Amino acid sequence: MITAERKNFEEIRRMTDGHRNILVAGCNTCVAVCLTGGEKEAERLAAQLRIARERDGIEGNVETVTVLRQCENEYLDSIGEEVGRADLVLSTACSIGPQGLVFRYPKKLVMPAMNTNTLGYVVRHHEWFDYCIACGDCIIGLTGGICPVARCAKKLLNGPCGGSQQGRCEVSADIPCVWQEIYDRLAAIGQLDTLRKIIGPKNWDASNSGGPRIMKKEGFKP
Amino acid sequence: MKSGSKLEQVLSAGRFAVTAELGPPKGADPRVIIDKAKLLKGSADAVNITDNQTAIARMCSMAAAKLVVEQGLEPIMQMTCRDRNRLAIQADILGAAALGVKNLLCLTGDHQSFGNHREAVGVFDLDSVMLIGMVKNMRDEGIFQNGEELTAPPKLFIGAAANPYADPFPFRAIRLAKKVDAGLDFVQTQIIYNVEKFEQFMAQCRELGVTERCKILAGVAPLKSAGMAKYMKNRVAGMDVPDTVVERMGAAEDSQSEGIDICVEIIDRVRRVEGVAGVHIMAVEWEEAVPEILSRAGLRPGSAEA
Repeated sequence: MITAERKNFEEIRRMTDGHRNILVAGCNTCVAVCLTGGEKEAERLAAQLRIARERDGIEGNVETVTVLRQCENEYLDSIGEEVGRADLVLSTACSIGPQGLVFRYPKKLVMPAMNTNTLGYVVRHHEWFDYCIACGDCIIGLTGGICPVARCAKKLLNGPCGGSQQGRCEVSADIPCVWQEIYDRLAAIGQLDTLRKIIGPKNWDASNSGGPRIMKKEGFKP
Repeated sequence: MKSGSKLEQVLSAGRFAVTAELGPPKGADPRVIIDKAKLLKGSADAVNITDNQTAIARMCSMAAAKLVVEQGLEPIMQMTCRDRNRLAIQADILGAAALGVKNLLCLTGDHQSFGNHREAVGVFDLDSVMLIGMVKNMRDEGIFQNGEELTAPPKLFIGAAANPYADPFPFRAIRLAKKVDAGLDFVQTQIIYNVEKFEQFMAQCRELGVTERCKILAGVAPLKSAGMAKYMKNRVAGMDVPDTVVERMGAAEDSQSEGIDICVEIIDRVRRVEGVAGVHIMAVEWEEAVPEILSRAGLRPGSAEA
């Protein structure tokens, strides 16, 4: 799933400066599961804004609305009335949400309340790990089913750098060394030989660095 | 000869090689390089020219290497994958070879978070294994990474680093073997203080046939103070400084002299390890220690023996 964290309140409050009616738009899928931008969190942010604006003597309304997914037109179409009443829409979705709102409501001012982080896996309760950076050219078949592109700070494909110590990454002791994990896993399943193969330069053209990617499925009707 | 470098000549003649390190300054004054080169000339077969070491912006290694060439000292130009993509790396390799650089040390590079520009993007388009393969293909096949032909191959002696003290330990020799498979000619190890572990690493290297196909230079560095020993033990990733070394430095009256003593003792031990072809002395910002270390160790650069 996609994980995103809310920006700090002051940054969000400054985005609303000079705008009268605000719509806080929540998204009830990924960011609701990671407890940062779903219906509850959107309402909490709206309440914080109301208190701050009342204190500062700013007139206008702060409304909320939440859709199941801000990444699809159908859901965004359903909130036309609420969007129409607002001078500014503040989205608590991942960065796809506010961009979807801009696409669907081209004349409306839209601001992001979130920073999008990872395509993550819930390793422990309430703890999401980068598991994928959507590189477009999956190589985990060569690395024991564990992704060093997403989980190594240097994106190394041929083994751990000299900073791997006791299973930890040199960048931070909080980060596990993915190459230790790959090594342990391949050792456990008797496939250490695969580590001896040299993996060649990666095709980054398949990633976002090759330009924005467009996925089309032919032969389907809406 | 693959490159004709002095270092290659010394190593292929079976003479014990000595390399040292020369760090470019955080400024544009060439005299800093020239002075250090004069200090190291005659003490080393070749000197590493670091490349934005620990991700701190400095004079580029190619320009510093050219200044060193002009002083009659042979550079080992370091090249990291952190700051350049494959286009920039290949361009710099051709340029360096044109300027008289004959040894290239292929490194992944320290992560940018260790340096003074933490917000910089880490390129890491290639890793050190891929870089070695690319340079070998440029030299031996005359082709760029994309397979296109280049007009004049760069004649380079290809080096890399290896760290026997990082984890997982059994993978360290395997990783070096991969570098050898990719085209490595010589390797310089991480600084050795724990000689026993280095011996284990070398046994694994011999088992994998690495020592027959690649020249291994043992990395050493004189400690300057007890504080430096503690810092290296506790704060530098990938270092293994035994307590006995820290204690000796702490108890010493003249810590610089003690640091050189320890360094000389380590050289005496590692040069007897089967498969060690030379020593790489990293006396960063203490270049004047190198001649003293050599004389106390009874060593001369292999090129001086010729």
